[in-house]
Amino acid sequence: MDEPLIFERSRRGRKGYSLPEEKLKTKPQDVIPDRLLRQDIKDFPEVSELDVVRHFTHLSQRNYGVDTGFYPLGSCTMKYNPKINEEAARLRGFALSHPCQPEELSQGVLRLIFELSQFLAEIGGLDAVSLQPAAGAQGEFTGMRVIRAYHEKKGNPRAAVLIPDTAHGTNPASSRLCGYGVIQVKTTEKGVLAPEAVSQAMTEDIAGLMLTNPNTLGLFETNIKEVAEVVHSKGGLVYCDGANMNALMGIARPGDMGVDVLQFNLHKTFSTPHGGGGPGSGPVAVKKHLRRFLPVPLVVKKGTKYVLDYKLPDSIGKVKAFYGNFGVMVRAYAYIRSMGASGLKRASECAVLNARYLRERLLPYFDLPYDSPCLHECVFSDNKQKEKGVTTLDMAKRLMDYGFHPPTIYFPLVVQGALMIEPTETESRETLDEFVEAMIAIAKEAQENPEIILSAPHRTKVSRVDEVKAARELILKWKP
Amino acid sequence: MRFLPHTEDDIREMLEAIGAGSLADLFSHIPSHLKKEAPLRLPPRLSEQELLSHLSALSGSTANSESFISFLGAGCYDHFIPAAVDAISSRSEFLTSYTPYQPEVSQGVLQAIFEYQTLVCQLFEMDVANASMYDGASAAAEAVLMAGRIKRRTKAILSMALHPEYRSVIKTYCHGQMDIQEIGLTKEGLTDLLSLGRLADDTTACVVLQSPNFFGPIERLGEADAIVHRAGALFVMAVAEPISLGLLRPPGSFNADIVVGEGQPLGSPTSFGGPGLGLFATRNAHVRQMPGRIVGQTADKEGKRAFCLTLATREQHIRREKATSNICTNEGLLALRSAVYLSLMGKQGLRRLSEIILDRTELLKKRLKRIPGLSFPFNAPAFNEFVVRMKRSPEKLVTALLKKKIIPGLPLGRYYPEMKDCLLISVTEKNSPEDIEALCKALQ
Repeated sequence: MDEPLIFERSRRGRKGYSLPEEKLKTKPQDVIPDRLLRQDIKDFPEVSELDVVRHFTHLSQRNYGVDTGFYPLGSCTMKYNPKINEEAARLRGFALSHPCQPEELSQGVLRLIFELSQFLAEIGGLDAVSLQPAAGAQGEFTGMRVIRAYHEKKGNPRAAVLIPDTAHGTNPASSRLCGYGVIQVKTTEKGVLAPEAVSQAMTEDIAGLMLTNPNTLGLFETNIKEVAEVVHSKGGLVYCDGANMNALMGIARPGDMGVDVLQFNLHKTFSTPHGGGGPGSGPVAVKKHLRRFLPVPLVVKKGTKYVLDYKLPDSIGKVKAFYGNFGVMVRAYAYIRSMGASGLKRASECAVLNARYLRERLLPYFDLPYDSPCLHECVFSDNKQKEKGVTTLDMAKRLMDYGFHPPTIYFPLVVQGALMIEPTETESRETLDEFVEAMIAIAKEAQENPEIILSAPHRTKVSRVDEVKAARELILKWKP
Repeated sequence: MRFLPHTEDDIREMLEAIGAGSLADLFSHIPSHLKKEAPLRLPPRLSEQELLSHLSALSGSTANSESFISFLGAGCYDHFIPAAVDAISSRSEFLTSYTPYQPEVSQGVLQAIFEYQTLVCQLFEMDVANASMYDGASAAAEAVLMAGRIKRRTKAILSMALHPEYRSVIKTYCHGQMDIQEIGLTKEGLTDLLSLGRLADDTTACVVLQSPNFFGPIERLGEADAIVHRAGALFVMAVAEPISLGLLRPPGSFNADIVVGEGQPLGSPTSFGGPGLGLFATRNAHVRQMPGRIVGQTADKEGKRAFCLTLATREQHIRREKATSNICTNEGLLALRSAVYLSLMGKQGLRRLSEIILDRTELLKKRLKRIPGLSFPFNAPAFNEFVVRMKRSPEKLVTALLKKKIIPGLPLGRYYPEMKDCLLISVTEKNSPEDIEALCKALQ
């Protein structure tokens, strides 16, 4: 059943708002010339409050969330979002404070920002943190801008960045945004970066290397220290995309591996909710010598007071108005305070345990292109099912019929038909076993009854959506 | 640990299934000199109750619009948020859901965003909107880069009356790629269009104006439209307070080519400056250069109406370094909140709300005009914000009023050194006539 658009429910004169009914003394046309005034907001909806509530409630019932079920999306870390974090973010001082209010009135929030920065520096093994970037990609841009600023200050911005072929698309896109060309480095057949490959590509005109650890195949970059030395020896810097930090908390720290710049994703590793596409938060951590380039302001402690420090003359400026996604920082702070050091370490251990368990149980049924031990995620392909005409896409759609959100598909690009599975630590062994049962059932269907997979999904609110048509016949808004 | 379901039995059995002896074995392939032996130095964990108590203390020591009478604006506006907005956005199917890459299980979020895109287009009177950007400032930066790509020109002209933080973000994003020039103001507090006329030429990709501008006045958009387009450049408009569009003629009607804005005032709290919501809309001709995600309407296999993300060939996961932007996660939940808010307010509500705000602003101005020592440097028609010049230091005034639990506005010296004696005052419907009276009494 279709859910009409809110505009289709609109009826002239219907009201969903409540505003003071006082008679106003100012007539708009007395203060503002007619030519600047608006006559009408054409086609804007007019609906009752119940209309709105029912409409969006129906929409929510056509959607899947972590609270609904398992979300094995590789590189997304769809772990449970603690409810206490929501309550925390709604506390008055957090929700209703204004970024421009005097610092002496904002000690609580400034302290939270300061402490969270310290926690992240400790977890990543680096020295200074900016919480300003609003998402991982913006964190990458910020980190790469810092790297560029570092090189510019030395007299040569350099021209390009080395990026492995397993990188997330935001990595080259962020580099490009900084004015850098991208040179791809191939990973080995073992799925990791080799120092020789980096050595061959690294010159004094290359600003640095962007890598992810563990990488998007779920593999620890075992040569990272050597690779970092190669980059450093030619005056470059090492950027680490920290999207996969859920595998390493309390176990290993990028800062100890030669990494100079690292961005975190609070909406992944640190449990803040994904919201259907944000808000996120992408803090950037740097080694001491790069602190001077970070966006302003930083929160510093002066005696017992927390202060906004704008005195960074080499700062790259700002990437966002004000200080960052504070509402998201509150949730991440609450999570870290709830877990403590041993809790975070245990979370990473169990995240890896869950991924290794899935890998082991799915191995007999699906092709595993890289057989090195995985960390928090594992990547399969559709090689075994392709012979019957069943692709990764088809299997993803069929998984929905079993009540699961599909894993990440067709990424990383080095694997044809990639199926990237990241269970996270908040899933129980029973959930994993149910997922494995469903995957085994699909593998069997691929052999015996492929048609049911090719025509999937069957049990969702809509059947397979025609994405080609969407791009060919663009309808990007409602028209009356 | 209530978020970690594994029992000792689970761990033992799962390790056995893998053929590992202990949890440490799972990391044995990591070179030991890269592993951290000592535990992370973090404070001991807190129980749920202790955590809430600690956070309440931090929150309690932070002033907010319920504990203080505040006249702060400057790109972040405290409006009343109807209860239904929180009720809907806290539904876990929205809150805990992922980006809707798998449309069959994400029709809820996709349709909500499609409605949001439509509402943004209606509010701005533009052709097409994206699914959101991070905030008004970064949206403005992406608009400038987009204009550079479309026009293949490198000069961008910004008004000094464009929010200072927006200008700072634009410069960071455009570093090394665009030549940013700024034009100043007239005596009335409006962008100097004569200057603009002289500066805008065939090397200009775009001109960026904010209206109402940072100081409050509504810009001369009809004239700006003519000047910008005569130079063959794109007209980019920024709307920091979209509630103003309940009353003011929308940017699209002035032939804006790209419109960006801050959507936080549309149903989301001020939250110490973030998260925000980057509104972004453009003309059909430019849709393929627009950054960000876009939801499109299509059909499923059975011909039922359905929605999905579309035109992904602009985006990073497909085009990588050739993408229009690097943006991935955006502000989906705030886009949802704004769709709910605007649906509740509707065309009548938004109009009435902006009339109330105008009325309260005029009331405050009238009262302030009676206070000696205060003057009003800018007299062009405005909506909800205005500048007051004073004999005493605005910073000292702010400090003095703290004990009365009033924040009178933002001293402008931090952004405009030549305006050290000025205060930016903003009014919303949450400033009651009593609040206004209290401010005036305190300024007497």
